[in-house]
Amino acid sequence: TLRLIYTTTAVERKNVGASGPEKYTEAFIKKQIEEFNLGKRHLANMMGEDPETFTQEDIDRAIAYLFPSGLFDKQARPMMKHPTEIFPEQRKIQWGEDGRPFHFLFYTGKQSYYSLMHETYEKLLSVQKYQDQVTAQGLPLQKEKRNLAGSRWLTKIELEEMLLEKLSDDDYSRFIQLLQKLVALPCADIEEKYIQKFSKEVPVQLQKVVIEPLQYDERGVAFSTGEGTRKTARATAVVHDNGTGKITVNGTDILHYFPVLQDREQLLFPFQFLGRIGKYDMVCTVSGGGRSAQAGAIRLASAKALRSFVTEKEVEFMRQAGLLTVDPRVKERKKPGQEGPRRKFTWKKR
Amino acid sequence: DDKLLSEPLSHPDFFSVKELFTLKDLFDARVHLGHKKGCRHRFMEPYIFGCRLDQDIIDLDQTMQHLQLALNFTAHVAYRKGIILFVSRKRQFCHLVERTARECGEYAHTRYWQGGLFTNAHIQFGPGVRLPDLLIFLSTLNNVFEPHVAIRDAAKMNIPTIGVVDTNCNPCLITYPIPGNDDSPAAVEFYCKLFRMTIIRAKDKRRQSEAIEELR
Repeated sequence: TLRLIYTTTAVERKNVGASGPEKYTEAFIKKQIEEFNLGKRHLANMMGEDPETFTQEDIDRAIAYLFPSGLFDKQARPMMKHPTEIFPEQRKIQWGEDGRPFHFLFYTGKQSYYSLMHETYEKLLSVQKYQDQVTAQGLPLQKEKRNLAGSRWLTKIELEEMLLEKLSDDDYSRFIQLLQKLVALPCADIEEKYIQKFSKEVPVQLQKVVIEPLQYDERGVAFSTGEGTRKTARATAVVHDNGTGKITVNGTDILHYFPVLQDREQLLFPFQFLGRIGKYDMVCTVSGGGRSAQAGAIRLASAKALRSFVTEKEVEFMRQAGLLTVDPRVKERKKPGQEGPRRKFTWKKR
Repeated sequence: DDKLLSEPLSHPDFFSVKELFTLKDLFDARVHLGHKKGCRHRFMEPYIFGCRLDQDIIDLDQTMQHLQLALNFTAHVAYRKGIILFVSRKRQFCHLVERTARECGEYAHTRYWQGGLFTNAHIQFGPGVRLPDLLIFLSTLNNVFEPHVAIRDAAKMNIPTIGVVDTNCNPCLITYPIPGNDDSPAAVEFYCKLFRMTIIRAKDKRRQSEAIEELR
C-alpha cells in the first residue's frame, strides 16, 4: 500500500494535456443526435415548414438565412449537420468484459493496419497457389494488362480514414508495394474485387470538359462560339467555316484595331497551330483591359470555339500547347508599408 | 469453480501432452540441427549433444523434457482462460504464426515491437488493459540477431515466457526454454502444430468440465 506523504493542490489538479485528444463516448454521441433531431424540428417550425419533410439542404438554407456570415472559409461559417459528420469516428473499447481483446493482433498497437497486411499477403499466397494449380494442369496463364493509367491507389490520408488509425509514411509505402506485387502476378484477376477497394478512378482531364456541337446558320455554313478572359478583358468570338481568313473585332478589321504586330500574331496563333489559316472567318467582340489583354482574351475565345471543328486528339494537343488554359495572372495589389506590390521604399542608412 | 481450477493441478500430465510428439517426430522435423560452432552461445552448452563438421547438434532427450513441461504449462494457462501471445520476428514465418494464433483464438505479434507496449501499456492502449498471461517465442532473436525486447519486458512485468532457443540464443530470462531449431520451416511448422493442438485440447477440456459442472 502507498502512503501519501506530501502533496500540493497542483498535483491533484487534472492534467489536461496528458489525457490526449477528447474521447466521445457512445452516450454522448446519442445525446447529440437526439438534440440535433429536436433542433431540426424547432428550425422547421421557425421557418414555417413541415417538420417531417425537412431535409439537410433546407437546414443549410435556413441557417444561411438566419445567420448570414461574410467569412470566406465555408468551414468557419455557422453550420448544423448530423453529429456523425461533425464528430470524427473514434475507436470504441477494444476488449470485452473479461479483458480479452477482440482482435487477434491487438497487442501489436496498429491492429487494423497489420491485419490489412496479413489479409493482403493471404490473397497473394492464394493467387500463387492458383497459379501453381493452373500450370500443373498445363493451361496457359492469362496475361491481360490491368489498365493502370486510369486508376490510382488510395492516398495515405484516405487509408488512415479507412483504418481509423495513424500510419507512418514507411507503413503506407510498404502497403502500396505489397498491392503492386499482388497486381503484378498473372492470375491476379481472381482478387479483382479486393484490389478495387484500394484503387480509385482518375478521370481523364478532357472528359470533364463538354465540347459543344457545331451550329448551322441560314446559309448552311457551320459556326461555333467561344468566350475568353485575360486580366480585365472579356471577349466572345464566333468562328464561321468556309471562310477566307477575314477577322473582324468590334466591327473593325484587325489591321485597324490592332496596329501592333504582336497582337495580330496572338490572334492568329490558334489557326496557325492547327494549320488552318485561310479556312475560317471570325467575328469577335471585346471589352475591358488593355491592348495585350484584349488580344489574349480573343485568342482564348477563338481556341475554345475551334474545339468543335477539330478532332479530340487535336483538342488534346491544343490543351497541351496552353491554348485552352485561362491565364490566371492579374494585377497584384499594393501593400501598406511598400511603394508597390513588390517594390519597397528607398532604404536610407541614416 | 474452485474444483474446476484445482483438479488439473493434482495430475502431473492432466492434458496428456506426451502423446502429441515422439523423438522420431522431432528428428524428422529437423529440430536437432543447430548453428555453426562459431555462433554458439555460452549458456546453450548444456543443451548441446555434440558437434559434427562444425555444426552443433541439440540433445533431443533434453528437448523432449523441456517441450513436455512447456506444453503442459501452456495447456494449464489455456485451461484457466489466460491470454497467450505468440511472438516471432522471423519474416519467413510471420504469416504462419499469425494464422496459428488466429486459429487457436489467441493473439500474435510478429511485427516491429514498439517501445513501451508492456511497460507503458496504460498510455499505449488505454486504462484498464489486460496484459498477456503467457508469451510464446517461436524465435527469441530479432532481425538484428539481438535478444527480443519482449523477453526483458515480460520479465519486468512478471509474465512467464516459453521460448524456442537455438544455439545462438540466450536462454537466461525465459522461464520455459525449449532448445531446438528455429530456422527451418519444417521445425517451425511442427512447433505451431503442437501449440495449436495443446491450446485447442485445453480449451475443449475446459468447456467439457464447465458443461459437466452445470449439469450437476
